Amino acid sequence: MYDVAIIGAGVIGTAIARELSRYNLKIVILDKENDVSVGTSKANSGIIHAGFDPEENTLMAKLNEEGNKMFDTISEELSVPFKRNGSLVVAFDDEQLEHINKLKQRGINNGIPGLKILSKEELLKKEKSISQEAKGALFAETAGIIDPMLLTISFMENAVMNGAEYFLNFEVKSIKKEDGNYRVASQNNSVIAKYVINAAGVFADKIHDMVAEPAFKINTRRGQYFLLDKEEGKVISSTLFPCPSKIGKGILVAPTIHGNVILGPASDDIPEREDVGTTEEILNKARTGARLLIPKITTRNNIRNFSGMRAEPSTDDFIIKEAAGAPNFIDVAGIKSPGLTAAPAISLYVVSILKEKGLALNKKESFNPIVKRKFFIEMTEEEQSVLIKKNSLYGRIICRCENITEGDIVDAISRKPGATTMDGVKRRCRAGMGRCQGGFCGPKVQQIIARELNKPLEEIVLEKKLSYILTGKSK
Amino acid sequence: MEKYDIVIIGGGPAGLGAAIEAKKQGITKVLVIERDIELGGILQQCIHNGFGLHIFNEELTGPEYAQRFIDMAREENIDILLDTIVISISKDKKIKAMNTTGVLNIEAKAIVLAMGCREKTRSSIAIPGDRPAGVFTAGAAQRYINIEGYMVGKKVIVLGAGDIGMIMARRIVLEGGEVLAVLARGSIVKGLTRNIVQCLDHYNIPLLYNHNITKITGKERVESVTVAQTDEKKEVIPGTEKVYECDTVLLSVGLIPENELSRIAGIEIDRKTSGPFVNESMETSIPGIFACGNVVHVHDVVDFVTEESRRAGANAARFVKGEKSESESMNTIVSGGITYCVPHRIRYSAMPDKLDLFMRVENKYDKATIVINNQGNELVRFKKTNLTPGEMIKQSVKKSLFEKAKGDIEITLEVGGSK
Ligand SMILES: Cc1cc2nc3c(=O)[nH]c(=O)nc-3n(C[C@H](O)[C@H](O)[C@H](O)COP(=O)(O)OP(=O)(O)OC[C@H]3O[C@@H](n4cnc5c(N)ncnc54)[C@H](O)[C@@H]3O)c2cc1C
Ligand SMILES: Cc1cc2nc3c(=O)[nH]c(=O)nc-3n(C[C@H](O)[C@H](O)[C@H](O)COP(=O)(O)OP(=O)(O)OC[C@H]3O[C@@H](n4cnc5c(N)ncnc54)[C@H](O)[C@@H]3O)c2cc1C
Repeated sequence: MYDVAIIGAGVIGTAIARELSRYNLKIVILDKENDVSVGTSKANSGIIHAGFDPEENTLMAKLNEEGNKMFDTISEELSVPFKRNGSLVVAFDDEQLEHINKLKQRGINNGIPGLKILSKEELLKKEKSISQEAKGALFAETAGIIDPMLLTISFMENAVMNGAEYFLNFEVKSIKKEDGNYRVASQNNSVIAKYVINAAGVFADKIHDMVAEPAFKINTRRGQYFLLDKEEGKVISSTLFPCPSKIGKGILVAPTIHGNVILGPASDDIPEREDVGTTEEILNKARTGARLLIPKITTRNNIRNFSGMRAEPSTDDFIIKEAAGAPNFIDVAGIKSPGLTAAPAISLYVVSILKEKGLALNKKESFNPIVKRKFFIEMTEEEQSVLIKKNSLYGRIICRCENITEGDIVDAISRKPGATTMDGVKRRCRAGMGRCQGGFCGPKVQQIIARELNKPLEEIVLEKKLSYILTGKSK
Repeated sequence: MEKYDIVIIGGGPAGLGAAIEAKKQGITKVLVIERDIELGGILQQCIHNGFGLHIFNEELTGPEYAQRFIDMAREENIDILLDTIVISISKDKKIKAMNTTGVLNIEAKAIVLAMGCREKTRSSIAIPGDRPAGVFTAGAAQRYINIEGYMVGKKVIVLGAGDIGMIMARRIVLEGGEVLAVLARGSIVKGLTRNIVQCLDHYNIPLLYNHNITKITGKERVESVTVAQTDEKKEVIPGTEKVYECDTVLLSVGLIPENELSRIAGIEIDRKTSGPFVNESMETSIPGIFACGNVVHVHDVVDFVTEESRRAGANAARFVKGEKSESESMNTIVSGGITYCVPHRIRYSAMPDKLDLFMRVENKYDKATIVINNQGNELVRFKKTNLTPGEMIKQSVKKSLFEKAKGDIEITLEVGGSK
């Protein structure tokens, strides 16, 4: 019997798990996939938003503001690279200038510090590549960039370090009330828990409907991206947004924390909730949109297209509360942008709800908030030399684009939960994330995984269960 | 800090050729650094025939061609570091490398860059659709099949009729797989004509000109691709889409020189070749740093790589010995259908009696004339037949032609034979 079962190992579920692992509780995280961070949390803009966007007095506004402030500590504790690079909402005409002033005021009302309207001159001085057509911008100094996958993985690792259990490949098919508790079941397994957290992303409405009357619907809107080579990395330093419209924040151009440039998201409504494909038409929109901000940007140096799925709640705000008629079943649903930013604040908020509902929270003496992780390439030459002497696998670079060593890859596999797939390795240590997209290192990474997990090479898949890479031996 | 006269980065045919030549010119301390566990570069995975026709007058496989150079390098007692990767180089020729023994700092009097090239990926041409397993660059598939001994798929579509794509189409069939088609994105095939015949025609593999993939479908493994016809501008013609059920897509959509190290050192890069600007001596914009082979521009035959690398090696040796060239650099400026010319710069006094110019053209020309002008004066013209983008042009020019030249050397193409 568990105290709390969390459905969904995205950034929301894992952040909650980590927060709960501070207490003497038996908790379990369930996800239908074979790894964590494979839903929306792996495919987004990676922006830690300042918080001037959400309408005043919404849950979104509150949790965005609170979440943003927590990132200095969290990134430090979890060894997740994070940088407050600042963001700019660029105005191109008088109407938009008026709008960014409104945004600034909204930001002030939301409690956001460090907002400033920049004149055209100030803007062009700050970002040299920006369009000459720009008239001014709203600068937000607290906005940042982060690696969303590593963040999710690290929340999870930290929760597991501190005693949380987990089941992957556990697709929740039914939830039944049983003696005042919940039996959460997959096809061939089940767990019993006193409290259930529904953090199932785009499927949160389906999970809700398993135990309660339908109360909301999740609609899905896909966002498509280009990710450009690091060669383009110097073109900007802040995150650039166009002036937002009714349908969203528009197409942004931002540096990523690893020095690439991201363009997107260009959006389309798509009913198939997990269809994260890309289309030429929408990608073209991303390209055109980006050029409005930076005319000289090209996608010649594109290294990856991808798309992520927004979980748009029919209520227009985050839904974080106990489901009506299902005591101790807490929905954490409709977590669209700024969900990544809000995640740590959401986790505190959920814990406070659980407390209110009677969950006893006794601090765990042994709780350790620290996840240690340092990639070889980030070390000083002295540290590198020492490490190679200790473990010669660190002397062999496998991923030549990102300079990831065999030691880094073995580490990614041996963590808990560790990587078991090619993409699992990629998300944990960036091997295969660079410009050749695993063209060179793919076969080697596959061999390392097979060796470390003691499995035949053919069994190592790209990502999901059936994404096999090899079809047998050659003659 | 370890000291060498010449350090060569990359132990493929280019690196080995340069090292051997430098040694022959009397340089004693020569080091080749190779990140792989063996020498030979990309040749080691090219187990097909067709190497060495120009240099050895015989048809060798890739590994056989490589072996000749490896043997020569051993005979010349060239220092070799395997399983060692160079991670940075500087203007003042300090090299940082690493291997399982630790981080190595090396100082050189001259450096030769010979890092080769890498394949373009699905993303460089932004094919939309799902992102399942089963999409490989042809070279990666080649590695899996020829080196690791595994098959990558059963029913295959090949996009791009480059040499590697065609060679891999044949390999798949020889391994018992099925190749539904090889798609050429334009009306001209990028690969060599002999490969169309030997790899596709002989195996009844359809080659579809003016076709492209518009969508890849499959949530986990490739299930199908949508293929459409394209017009002269390579734009998709709506309504021509056709779905092919397959489990694998091989991409042979081009190669890009690997110049990350060159960029770190601040070497000027030509956007057309994606390689360093080089002069007649294969010297980059930084004096004493030379380059040769696929790192400079993508070659289709290894023999030209070897010729180029000898030039780089010999000139690196001259640099170490302190020989200097005083004459002004003249740029080679191309137009009229010629896409680039290597070398980009020529200094008269440093020219050999006969200098090879390597060029590519952007279209197919049955008959054309390469004309070399300087300040309005025609220096020389060469009649050519059957020019195609897939086959690099090698044109020797005599030094004496340039005796009075100044400023830019203009190289252009007159289509349709002589005036
Ligand atoms: C295009 C785009 C851009 C964005 N950009 C930003 C940004 O820049 N900044 C920001 O703050 N936010 C951004 N967001 C929002 C942010 O990405 C999301 O709010 C956040 O990732 C949501 O996390 P999650 O854990 O709720 O969902 P997910 O990461 O999708 O996790 C849900 C998990 O539930 C699992 N699951 C589903 N059904 C079941 C089941 N039946 N049984 C078991 N497991 C199940 C899934 O496998 C998945 O792992 C963006 C979102 C999108 C789509
Ligand atoms: C798949 C394929 C098929 C071909 N088929 C034919 C054919 O049939 N006939 C023919 O004549 N030609 C063929 N060619 C062309 C010819 O083989 C190549 O042009 C030639 O091998 C290029 O030689 P290179 O030395 O420049 O590059 P490579 O052979 O690629 O060698 C570069 C070497 O540098 C090393 N290196 C790179 N970076 C570093 C670093 N930082 N530190 C240490 N080492 C590094 C690499 O590991 C590699 O070994 C083919 C080419 C390819 C790619």
